[in-house]
Amino acid sequence: MSKYLLNKFLYTIDRDPDLVERYREDPRGTVEWWEAERANVILNVPSSEGSTWLRFDDVESEALATHDYPKLFELGAHPFLALTLYIAMFERDYTEPLAFQLEYAQRLSHFQLPYPDIAT
Amino acid sequence: MATVAAVIASTHHPFYYRASTSTGADRPPFADEWVAKITSFRETLTRANPDVVVLVGSDHFHQIWLDNMPQFLVGKAPFYDANWYNEEREFGLPKMFFKGQEDLSAHILRDGLDAGFDLAFSNELRIDHSVTCPMITLRPQADLPIVPIYTNIFAPPLPQPKRYVQLGQMIRDVVESWPSDKRVAIIGTGHLSLELGGPRQFGPHGPDPEFDRKAVDWIASGDIEKALGEVSLESLWEPGNATHGFLDFMLMMGVAGAGEKADYVDSLDLFHTMEAYFTWYPKGDGK
Repeated sequence: MSKYLLNKFLYTIDRDPDLVERYREDPRGTVEWWEAERANVILNVPSSEGSTWLRFDDVESEALATHDYPKLFELGAHPFLALTLYIAMFERDYTEPLAFQLEYAQRLSHFQLPYPDIAT
Repeated sequence: MATVAAVIASTHHPFYYRASTSTGADRPPFADEWVAKITSFRETLTRANPDVVVLVGSDHFHQIWLDNMPQFLVGKAPFYDANWYNEEREFGLPKMFFKGQEDLSAHILRDGLDAGFDLAFSNELRIDHSVTCPMITLRPQADLPIVPIYTNIFAPPLPQPKRYVQLGQMIRDVVESWPSDKRVAIIGTGHLSLELGGPRQFGPHGPDPEFDRKAVDWIASGDIEKALGEVSLESLWEPGNATHGFLDFMLMMGVAGAGEKADYVDSLDLFHTMEAYFTWYPKGDGK
């Protein structure tokens, strides 16, 4: 299990407007493309010098491919990264202010303290 | 030597800019009270007549990433661009630009290293809302040169709480030993109880009003000992999963000094989190 790689996906998608839209519209395709092309890119390092060992397990890639943010929370993905990206993708679909954020909280309401460990 | 003209600790609510500039139906009902409180808080910095601002905050995974994570980092650059695409997207924050006070950055790094803090540094730092929010609230003209200092309150493992207090004490000492006639304001932002991306987020108040009440008392009275006695890296998960931002308030208590009561204290109970504002005038300066 790689909390780091989940976070890396959320982080690199969130900071790119085109990838935010791509992940919203085609989550499974975006996850498959990203794992193949981007997972082993070390940020700020030439692509020829990337890593070789980073990959999702089936649970992680399925959670990302289905926009399953409660599962991401359970897996220990950084909650700030997940929240920020999911607001960017889905807040627009709700008419009331904070409606998406409150639904997000409700869908996580089965979690009690201590929450899943987010240390990487 | 330089004068510490003011020490200011504040929450950094990224929605203030949008709330305060919105009009008509878009303007939230709490905006006028919020603006009034910020206007009063702003006066506490204006009255101190600073030449330079040291800004303590925490990068929210903007430039600082998990492949290379410093615990404490000092910006040392002649200029700083500010705010990021996703902050503009989510909070409506404007792009900003600041001049750096690079000689003070160098002084803090040299004397901080010699004082036992293995500080990281950055010569090209795009700063985020943790340090631009207090400029928006306290110095919207953004006309003063800055030294940004980032702490890790975000990505475990974190240093122990006492280390943030010690860092604040060091920053105070080092600024006061800066061979300059300038007046320096030291401003830091953190959080009270806060939940982000968890089941307690975006409630009608902060997730733990009792923690907030105690925390405001600790800060206002300068009771570092009590804060350190009640706060641990483990306990901070309980008031809310982003409450480790309180460590930057503890850092600012270190800057202000043990037992130093704040000269100005205010708070505002908002949805999602409580706002809190504190100003100290060292040696009675600016009162």
